[in-house]
Amino acid sequence: MHRRFDWPAHLVLLLGVGLFAFPVWLVFAGATQDPGAINRGDLSLIPDFSHLGIFLSVLLHGYGKNESQPVWHMLMISAGMALVIAIGKIVISVLSAYAVVFFRFPFRMTAFWTIFITLMLPVEVRIIPTYAVMADFRLINTFAGLTVPLLASATATLLFRQVYLAIPDELIEAARMDGAGPIRFLIDMLIPVSAANMAALFVILFVYGWNQYLWPLLVAADPRLDTIVIGIVQLVSGGHTLTPWNTMMAMAVLAILPPVVVVVAMQRWFVKGLTEVEK
Amino acid sequence: MERRTIFGGWLLPVAFVLPQLFVTIFFFLLPAGKAIYSSFTQTDAFGLHTRFIGLANFINLFADAGYRASFGRTAVFCALVTLLAMALALLLAVFADHEIRGRAIYRTLLIWPYAVAPAVSAVLWMFMMHPEVGILGRLLNRIGIPWNYSLNGIQALGLVIVAGAWTQVSYNFVFFLAGLQSIPASVIEAAHMDGARGFRRFRTIVMPLLMPTTFFLLIVNLVYAAFETFGTIMALTRGGPGEATETLVVKVYRDGVINLDLAGSSAQSVILMLIVIGLTAVQFRFLGRRTLS
Amino acid sequence: MKRRTLLTGSAALALTRPAFAAAPARILFWHAMNGQLGDVLNRLVDRFNKSQSAVAVDAVFKGGYPETLTAAIAAWRAGQAPNIVMVFDVGTATMIAAGPAVKYASDLFKETGVPLDPTRYIPAVRGYYSLPDGRMGSMPFNSSTAVMWYNQDAFEKAGLDPEKPPATWPELVAAAKVLKEKKVTEFAVTSSWPTWVHFEQFSAIHNVAFATEADGFKGLGARLLVDSAPFVRNLQTLLDMSKDGTFKYAGRDNIPDPVFYSGQAAIAFNSSASRGALVKTAKFRFADAFLPYHPEIIKKPINSIIGGASLWTMTAPHRTAAEYKAVAEFLAFLGQPPQDAEWAAGTGYVPVTFAGSDLLEKQGYFAKNAGTKLPVLQLERKPVTDNSKGIRLGDMPELRVIIEEEWEKELQGGFDAKRALTNAVARGNKVLTAFQHSVGG
Repeated sequence: MHRRFDWPAHLVLLLGVGLFAFPVWLVFAGATQDPGAINRGDLSLIPDFSHLGIFLSVLLHGYGKNESQPVWHMLMISAGMALVIAIGKIVISVLSAYAVVFFRFPFRMTAFWTIFITLMLPVEVRIIPTYAVMADFRLINTFAGLTVPLLASATATLLFRQVYLAIPDELIEAARMDGAGPIRFLIDMLIPVSAANMAALFVILFVYGWNQYLWPLLVAADPRLDTIVIGIVQLVSGGHTLTPWNTMMAMAVLAILPPVVVVVAMQRWFVKGLTEVEK
Repeated sequence: MERRTIFGGWLLPVAFVLPQLFVTIFFFLLPAGKAIYSSFTQTDAFGLHTRFIGLANFINLFADAGYRASFGRTAVFCALVTLLAMALALLLAVFADHEIRGRAIYRTLLIWPYAVAPAVSAVLWMFMMHPEVGILGRLLNRIGIPWNYSLNGIQALGLVIVAGAWTQVSYNFVFFLAGLQSIPASVIEAAHMDGARGFRRFRTIVMPLLMPTTFFLLIVNLVYAAFETFGTIMALTRGGPGEATETLVVKVYRDGVINLDLAGSSAQSVILMLIVIGLTAVQFRFLGRRTLS
Repeated sequence: MKRRTLLTGSAALALTRPAFAAAPARILFWHAMNGQLGDVLNRLVDRFNKSQSAVAVDAVFKGGYPETLTAAIAAWRAGQAPNIVMVFDVGTATMIAAGPAVKYASDLFKETGVPLDPTRYIPAVRGYYSLPDGRMGSMPFNSSTAVMWYNQDAFEKAGLDPEKPPATWPELVAAAKVLKEKKVTEFAVTSSWPTWVHFEQFSAIHNVAFATEADGFKGLGARLLVDSAPFVRNLQTLLDMSKDGTFKYAGRDNIPDPVFYSGQAAIAFNSSASRGALVKTAKFRFADAFLPYHPEIIKKPINSIIGGASLWTMTAPHRTAAEYKAVAEFLAFLGQPPQDAEWAAGTGYVPVTFAGSDLLEKQGYFAKNAGTKLPVLQLERKPVTDNSKGIRLGDMPELRVIIEEEWEKELQGGFDAKRALTNAVARGNKVLTAFQHSVGG
């Protein structure tokens, strides 16, 4: 069939692409310019490539000695947080879904519903008391405090439960005939079966962990635990003798880059996974 | 649905659910219980004097015009963020579903913003809309439209709505596109034969088939707008000017963490908790059977 | 405790050692000084650390004043308060009411045997941070007062006398009109710290009560009086100036700082402690001036009050006598003349001790640097009344924000000072009542 050039589609999609790309380009270009010029409103959309050094400088020094951690340090905290949350959540969700689906044990359904309840209690509704509990556990200002309390996940558990429920009985019977014990079965059978789901979840949870704002704000007062997101919001809303516009912009670019790379690189699993995970 | 084939023994499964259960009980249930308890008390910032005051915190909240206004503001904010984020995503998804050249590239370029943190998207928007520095903010002022979101409450609210919606479009786009692609080509072709064209075909054939996706996204977007935009608002306006962008979550944070009114903030937490429980119930009432069957 | 056993048993939590597990000689000091102020402070801290080897003070910038205060309180509830925290002027009432969370300076020095002579400190400063019985609650450190900064180059270009800044509000309004017409800067007038300058300092120099009970010094039952005619008059002036485009409200706290530093505004109200930053960054001639007054409210304005912050000693479980001793020694070190003088000269804060002031005089600092004596002169104006000793209200940080919010609401149309302040008083008094009840008053 002869295909016409579908110009309305191209137009709409290009506008959409521009809507997302433009702010990032603007910030990238701005990062390479003189903060004084930006302050006067002379922000050019053409980057000054001789000033790419700003990225290295914020990586190494943050936005001023004695005022912030170097950005590489913030990125490490963010990456650590995102990885621990993503991997940790997947591990404990796989384990609990496995237990709930393939075993009978006392209070099985109670346990399941308890996990389910986490859906209804986002951090935002328990800001103050969570802090108190964290303090009782001596978790304030610790890396564990940044991550462990975020490891529970009803959605991930529900997802794996569904995946496991859908495995045909014959397959399981066959495995048992082979004399596979519960651990063998988990490793040889369930994990390979749900590998694609895990990859998808990994992307979603990595982004979730990387983008946390309220939680670190609450439990980590120690600047040594500042994530990149915390660092940039602090820089934007703080009083400064002269607003370091270019530094802010460079930090924004660095804050966006890692999770975007993960999403784009793992796009195939992500798109398929997202629609499965969340429904 | 239950599995018939199971393993014996209970020690192993208990050990397997324990980590998840541990986190849930100590970091979800316990704080929620504490919130409920302290919502009935009054205490000072350091937690030195605490006394039971019954429902007084709740009565004070609803007697406070500022809190009621925050309720209304949050409703408007959520509705507009949801509408904007969904409408734009649907528009893009419909065209991205066309058989056109470069559609894979278009999709990638529309999906990556999923990775941008709400707080960071606010920073991006600030660079565009800042009245003196932002490229668009300055332009507006130059052509005679007085633009200053740090003073004008309506503009501030508009800006946080746009910035909040911007971050959420990609997520909705993925779902709408998946929804569109799951509509069998034969259905569309049949409609085509019937002479249904353009918008009418979309409205009468496609939209009804997209309803489950749309309803699901509606709930997700409302929850997103109510809660996860906290970072967006803090980075852009911190709830100001005046209280123009102070949503319920911003207010909980402000009263609890900044003003250290632990009890009043807990009472607000309890109210938010009820709202989330309500929304989750709605979601599962209409969509959950698939998940929990 | 069952919870703890579970905790230690859980492998997932094996890495949960608190980052602040106290090394015995480490003194944690949270402050709110960044930029130029932070540089000078870190210099002093380094000097102390090098002067001896038993103690290492770890100075950490915790963000703005309000953030620093709330972080310290939250940390105390978590049993992890810093040893020393910098608390801004208006957090004083909160800290005094903090009971076991703080150790009053007088007790700290008595217990540790480190000598402290309160009379070394300038009365205006000492009084602000004293307990009702006169003992010292916290150690004065960074005290400034509000002044009016102006851009002398801009004045000259606009045909105004760069050596004769406006002294009264009518003169200021007139000068602002000229500045706007001549368009030498983007904005004529702006202000940092809106509530501090235009309400707290305003009430002092005009001898008008900010709140009942001697601005709160006499008891927890104090309630706001900022809806009285003088306050309405002053805010209306500012609102009218916003309306005709001669005043730029640029945000709360120190957010507006860059507007003047970068030369966008010709006149800015700010702390005298902006001097350090101005010297470093301003590309124009600048000078400070006394805060303008309304001649119909007072013929001869009286003293302004201090602002800035003081240093509070906080408690935490398992804190040792040696740590407290180290804290006392560090605080005493900061109050010695060389440090006091260097701090004042490097930042624009006023010297807080007589000896520090004398040292600066002897070094010829005041003579060499025009305008550096002006904040001191403004603070020492007489007579000191109940309205000019300072303000001590619970939850004062929140009250500041409430006033700013109501002000901001009027900027969006309406420009009605009376309405703003009526609302502010109603909302503020609720906060005061709640504070009174919460601390058992």
